[in-house]
Amino acid sequence: MSLAHGIAPGGAAGAPAAPPGPGGRRRTRTALLLLALPLTWLFVFFVVPLVSLVSTSLYDPTGSLESGYAMTGEVRNYLVVLGDYREQLVRSLVYAGIATVACIALAYPLAYAIAFKAGRWRNLMLVAVIAPFFTSFLIRTLSWQLILGDQAWIADGLRWLQVLDADGRLLSTPFAVVTGLTYNFLPFMVLPLYASLEKVDPRLMEAGADLYASPFTTFRKVTLPLSLPGLVAGTLLTFIPAAGDYINAELLGNPSTQMIGNVIQNLFEGGSYPEAAALSVTLMLLITAMVLVYIRRAGTEELV
Amino acid sequence: MTRLGRCLSDHLVLGIGVLVLLYLLTPVFVVVLMSFNDQASRISYQFDGFTLDNWRSPCEPNGLCESVSLSIRIALLATLAATGLATLMAFALARHRFRGRAGVNVLTFLPMASPEIVMGSSLLALFVTAGMAGSLGFWTILVAHILFCLSFAVVTIKARLAGLDPRLEQAAMDLYANEWQTFRKVTLPLVFPGILAAALLSFSLSFDDFIITNLNAGQEVTFPMYVWGAAQRGVPPQINVVGTIMFFAALSLVVIGELNNRRRSRLPKG
Repeated sequence: MSLAHGIAPGGAAGAPAAPPGPGGRRRTRTALLLLALPLTWLFVFFVVPLVSLVSTSLYDPTGSLESGYAMTGEVRNYLVVLGDYREQLVRSLVYAGIATVACIALAYPLAYAIAFKAGRWRNLMLVAVIAPFFTSFLIRTLSWQLILGDQAWIADGLRWLQVLDADGRLLSTPFAVVTGLTYNFLPFMVLPLYASLEKVDPRLMEAGADLYASPFTTFRKVTLPLSLPGLVAGTLLTFIPAAGDYINAELLGNPSTQMIGNVIQNLFEGGSYPEAAALSVTLMLLITAMVLVYIRRAGTEELV
Repeated sequence: MTRLGRCLSDHLVLGIGVLVLLYLLTPVFVVVLMSFNDQASRISYQFDGFTLDNWRSPCEPNGLCESVSLSIRIALLATLAATGLATLMAFALARHRFRGRAGVNVLTFLPMASPEIVMGSSLLALFVTAGMAGSLGFWTILVAHILFCLSFAVVTIKARLAGLDPRLEQAAMDLYANEWQTFRKVTLPLVFPGILAAALLSFSLSFDDFIITNLNAGQEVTFPMYVWGAAQRGVPPQINVVGTIMFFAALSLVVIGELNNRRRSRLPKG
């Protein structure tokens, strides 16, 4: 299932050495020729836009699309948005963090089962992990509205069990938003984890058992460390998009569960481009900082 | 640990795995079920009764089929362009050593690692700065889609290339194949499943994207944007018909691909 490996940057580490042969300089030239077009694309439509996002964030906020913006080096934009939207910013990171932890808890047993216990059902289970992707992200999130809805049997059942108050709800709560986030990004955790676990030689686990390690010790000392690249890749692929997402917060939450994506989107729609840009840059910087710290602590520097 | 305990733990992991799979598939069941819903009102959030009407009139809601067609056209073009660019890039990164290779690797990974809202808003900032705010539409959506598909496609194809034994190519060269023949007869067929997977992934990413598209679409309405709008006004059940069709179309593609792989691997080598 090459799709599974594809989504896992951790799985792609360790490219083979280029075939040895004469003409090293010609090889470099070939590489540059191959890269010319895609690199230009990435530069023009990824690097340049980031620069223009940063510069937009420094425009005078009193301008508009019609009258144009003046570049006034308005650093105050950042102070304004940080003052106004700190709550949504923190909430986004907290929700994304909880969803990521939930994803790890759900994805690890599933990836482990697919890699070691599924036998001939392996491919079928992998397809089942990817299959929900085929219906649209938005349609699936809408169907969570039904599953968690006030009339649905889950909410009814929880009320009957008195876990939920008589007028308690699941939909339009932080719980619903985190459930949606966990659900939507779970495959991004399962696939890299599976790609890592699949590479673990089962003989290493047998060796652990032969050396009188309990299954738990074998897992802790052998399997878990070997699956670390997948865990790191999965964490990044879940946490980052979850922190920027606003679809779940909008469709499953309420006004007090708004995430930073909602705010950025609304600011853009309202025409407040400089504030929206400043908020985007802030989100990007926060995430980059957290990712760098995380990668350093996880000890896998070579990710790509 | 006793045999009984081991057996129990084996099945426990598998059982939990199956439960998680059910969690992943539950919304799909709901989508399929709701496509047969005889919906009583536009804001109905429950199953009101069984009907085939929605399947007979998938295009009845205003603009639904137009949005699907727009999304398919954009996804096809984006897939073609992104997979093409990604193939070039993957070969350069996996097969060549050059200065700045690590930097290029990071640059390829970055779009995947930036939140959609940031990528979408930075593209919008570029288009606005370039004075194109009034002409957002088909082409700006396409540019954005090629961009975010590119990284995923590169990683997919690179993984396939990394799994190939370079000695196969050396053997071809030893047998007096020139570089082009080696590429066409040995490398490309071996990498092709990776390219196909990248294309499938690109298509589904493009067809499904909402956040980036919404920021750069101008007046155009793609299918996810249509669903988003409908979510505010009341969802017509035909949306679930489209979801169901997409699900089974993609599923059959994967199954055909899998069967094809199996048949090919049974053929004698030669």
